[in-house]
Amino acid sequence: MKHDMKHDAELHTLTGAYALHALAPAEHEVFGEHLGDCPSCRQEVAEFSATAARLAGAVALAPPARMRDAVLHGIDSVRQLPPPVPAAGRQPMTFTAILRRKAITLAIAASIAAAAVLGGVTVRQNRLAEEARQQAQASERRLQDVSAVVAASDARTVRGRTPGGATTSVVSSTSRNRAVFMAAGLSDPGAGRTYQLWFDDHGAMRPAGLLTRDGATLMEGGVQGASGVGLTVEPAGGSARPTTRPLMLLALPD
Amino acid sequence: MRRTDPGGPSAPTGQPLPFGVPDTAAPRLEELMSRVARGDKDAFSALYDALSGIVFGLVVRVVRNRAQSEEVAQEVMIDLWRQAARYRPDQGSVLSWAATLAHRRAVDRVRSAQAAINREQDQAARQQARPFDEVAEQVETRLESEQVRRCMRGLTEIQRQAVTLAYYQGLTYREVAETLRTPLPTIKTRMRDGLIRLRDCMGVTT
Repeated sequence: MKHDMKHDAELHTLTGAYALHALAPAEHEVFGEHLGDCPSCRQEVAEFSATAARLAGAVALAPPARMRDAVLHGIDSVRQLPPPVPAAGRQPMTFTAILRRKAITLAIAASIAAAAVLGGVTVRQNRLAEEARQQAQASERRLQDVSAVVAASDARTVRGRTPGGATTSVVSSTSRNRAVFMAAGLSDPGAGRTYQLWFDDHGAMRPAGLLTRDGATLMEGGVQGASGVGLTVEPAGGSARPTTRPLMLLALPD
Repeated sequence: MRRTDPGGPSAPTGQPLPFGVPDTAAPRLEELMSRVARGDKDAFSALYDALSGIVFGLVVRVVRNRAQSEEVAQEVMIDLWRQAARYRPDQGSVLSWAATLAHRRAVDRVRSAQAAINREQDQAARQQARPFDEVAEQVETRLESEQVRRCMRGLTEIQRQAVTLAYYQGLTYREVAETLRTPLPTIKTRMRDGLIRLRDCMGVTT
């Protein structure tokens, strides 16, 4: 532990802010990477998280009964993630995994020569693993936002097709006041251009987010008040009002 | 069972609950979690009853808006189901894991672009309206746990505010530094040594 304090005194003080989710996203990322190589920081973060959980316990509040029903019904349509499987055939990762085990930290610290040789590889591997993890997390979060709408008990779906042949659908939930736009087969909007989504508030088009390719997108803004959903091609960055004819207009269910 | 059941459907809605889940419930929660990881819905409903009060209370504290809080808390609970197989007992208790997930989600919600703008405005208004030390004060007096209250009293003023502003109000450490008009490095350090004091006072181990 003293070893870490000496080398990472500056970074080490971030354990508190990290555990309280008080770091800026970029810092959170960098510190997360550091955690992979700092067993004592990891231990401290775990203890701080447990401490924070006590603070959470102090403000516990009974949720409304309808939430229980919504959750217990909600999970019916939610697929559970498989357990993480350790990456096979990646020696440097194995070394990292060993490093993560606190019990033998001292033994590792003693073999500084070995660590120095493998250090460069390990750091690079960690960064790759971290990037992959960040991406996985971002897409997982997106997935969660999207599936929350899709899994809503009052979710309704409408489908349509663009002149270019892309199939699109909009899943909307009045109770969540949200809609998800899904597309398959969209062509590249072209350099300097983007697809833009719109809520049609009975004739008034309200911007609802940008997309550049296929996939599911949580539309920005509430579905309430909208009678339909539109898709246009706009200059990169999007427009305040549609500047081209809609590729598609879908009427939302009443 | 009743006492370890803070989020149960029989608890009156919106009422503060007794402090969390007693430590003796920890092995039970881990056991439940491993059953949940195998797709056991009965285990999940028991897990819901044990954790939803803490999750909902924490989210409400950070997000404030009831409707939004309900939405976020619901997402967190469904997330516990989805990610059950990812839970690692050697990395902390189920309670700690659930609180971390809930806090992360609550913080993400209040930091989304539009919310951030609103919050900055709120913050500016608040700073003009009243001295900063009332912010954390108000939080503290509403804590339901005697132990947490007692341990909070053991912190220095700045430690207490750094921890509560970040945790209960979801501020970043930069925002905390701004609110308390204190240099950034000091805030980082106070968050850490404040948590160390709380940890030791509460006898937290992992």
